[in-house]
Amino acid sequence: MNQTLAQTKQPAAPLKSAARRKSFASLYRGRWMILMMIPGLLYYLLFHYLPMAGILIAFQDYNLMKGIWKSPWVGFEHFRTMFQSPDFPQIMKNTLLISIYRMIFNMIPDMLLALLLNEIRSKWFKKVVQSITYGPHFLSWIIVYGIVFSFFAPGAGLITTLFREWGWGELNLLTDPDYFRSLLVVSDLWKNVGFGAIIYLAALGSINPELYEAAAVDGAGRWRKMWNITLPGIRSVFVLLLILRMGSILDAGFDQVYIFLNARVFGVGDIIDTWVFRQGLEQLNFSIAAATGVFKSLIGLIFILGANKIAKKVGGSGIW
Amino acid sequence: MVTKTDRIVDGALYVFLGLFALSTLFPLYFVVVMSITPYTEVLRNGGFVIWPSSVTLEAYEQILASARIPDALRITLIVTIVATTINLIVTTLLAYPLSKKSTPGRNGILLAIIFTMLFNGGLIPTYMVIRELGLYNTIWAMIIPGTVSTFNFLIMKTYFEGLPQEIEEAARIDGCGEIATLWRIVLPLSAPILATIGLFYGVGHWNEYFKGIMYVSDKDLAPIQVVLRNMIQTPSVSQELSLNASKVAQLPPETIKMATVTVAIMPIVLVYPFLQKYFTKGVMIGAIKG
Repeated sequence: MNQTLAQTKQPAAPLKSAARRKSFASLYRGRWMILMMIPGLLYYLLFHYLPMAGILIAFQDYNLMKGIWKSPWVGFEHFRTMFQSPDFPQIMKNTLLISIYRMIFNMIPDMLLALLLNEIRSKWFKKVVQSITYGPHFLSWIIVYGIVFSFFAPGAGLITTLFREWGWGELNLLTDPDYFRSLLVVSDLWKNVGFGAIIYLAALGSINPELYEAAAVDGAGRWRKMWNITLPGIRSVFVLLLILRMGSILDAGFDQVYIFLNARVFGVGDIIDTWVFRQGLEQLNFSIAAATGVFKSLIGLIFILGANKIAKKVGGSGIW
Repeated sequence: MVTKTDRIVDGALYVFLGLFALSTLFPLYFVVVMSITPYTEVLRNGGFVIWPSSVTLEAYEQILASARIPDALRITLIVTIVATTINLIVTTLLAYPLSKKSTPGRNGILLAIIFTMLFNGGLIPTYMVIRELGLYNTIWAMIIPGTVSTFNFLIMKTYFEGLPQEIEEAARIDGCGEIATLWRIVLPLSAPILATIGLFYGVGHWNEYFKGIMYVSDKDLAPIQVVLRNMIQTPSVSQELSLNASKVAQLPPETIKMATVTVAIMPIVLVYPFLQKYFTKGVMIGAIKG
């Protein structure tokens, strides 16, 4: 593939003007295709690349009145303020802990569910279980919170009432700092485990069945087959998902945390994103909030590039 | 060669997975039960009921009679329909040219699009762009900023790449331009992917609340998810909904809250069979190629 490319390129290299004429011709030939792309490209420009330029305000003392052109430049001052803020160690710790819990308690159950489903021979049973378990993925976090509320609402929730009936006292799980992170992880598990299993099931489905037949002939049992054929078959998918997860290590899940958060559990539940949200949109400290956002995006980029590199070195393939 | 232990392990698997599926369903069931159980029965049973002996739809009558919920449902419905239409048009128009190797600038554009998955400007700069564009506090703030989802775009591009090229070439030879080829040949072949992606986008818009809290502060524009959140988090529902307080007194706030949750779940349950039919395939294509 590389060779043929090199061969076709070489004769064109000395004739620069011809190449240019050729590229104009291809632009003209592709004019309808280019026109079609305009709305989509405009979208990416306005809502993805323009905000990237907006990162500039992290280096300014941004003032809504003065706007981005007239606000004074302050260099890295906001980054310094952010690192020295008493909130910073706290939100970093919360973000990392919640993120790592999710990594462990979501990725492994996803894979386990897929492995268990893979052992089921009855097709309809497998299908029914799958259809039920990935359903909650399509519900919003608000609805999930509503469901959590129906279980744990102080006074009227199902579990709260059971606790009282059995004489175990009053349960206030929604506002208990000791259980907040577990609550996040368990409700995330309920919502997403079935969906997460799909991608592993797809990988399992692409394993050559002859491998299993050959192993059976050689007298391999269920566990041997799982260890020697099934697990290696989903290894690359696992690594791929792990790399992607690494890229969002500082994404502890704003969507969920923002809804579950309340004043009593700030100490254990306030993450970078919720903090940025409050700083920026409630206290109007745009520059500090933007600086924190930049910090988060950069760390994410470094992690995903690093994880990809390590994955390649260790022998598997990376994402790219 | 099925041994006895094999059979035991199999049995355990069926039982475990069966229970697992049931425990996934139970919370949804419980929400619905809570919303239709009469207050007298709740009181008689000391707080909760698993199987109500009689059913009342009073909570539903109340929320539908309130001003907030029907308004919020209308806003969300409009956003869902308009935004999904725009999503499908723009995503198709972007994915089709980029599925063809001959499109000028293809690799650079693809790289730029995929880069947005790795790096973004963050919450605040995006918020400021929305303000600068004059979208803040309009219904468009919940529609335009989600025009293309890169994930859905990649699924669609992969699908187009997999279509047989011969038919398109034949259309070209017959004198069809690119747009005519897309409209008359490619789109009719793409019904399954359009349905999948349309459902993905639609469910996303129905569930959207982030844009509702970020970009809209006008209470009259609040989508259902935002209203639902405010409702769940306040102890007194009647204030949030500006309901008739004397009537509400006959119903516990939990019943009204769960009735609203049920209303918000309903559309998802209705489209779920369709969603399910297509989406496993969609996720796989996206996962393998994306």
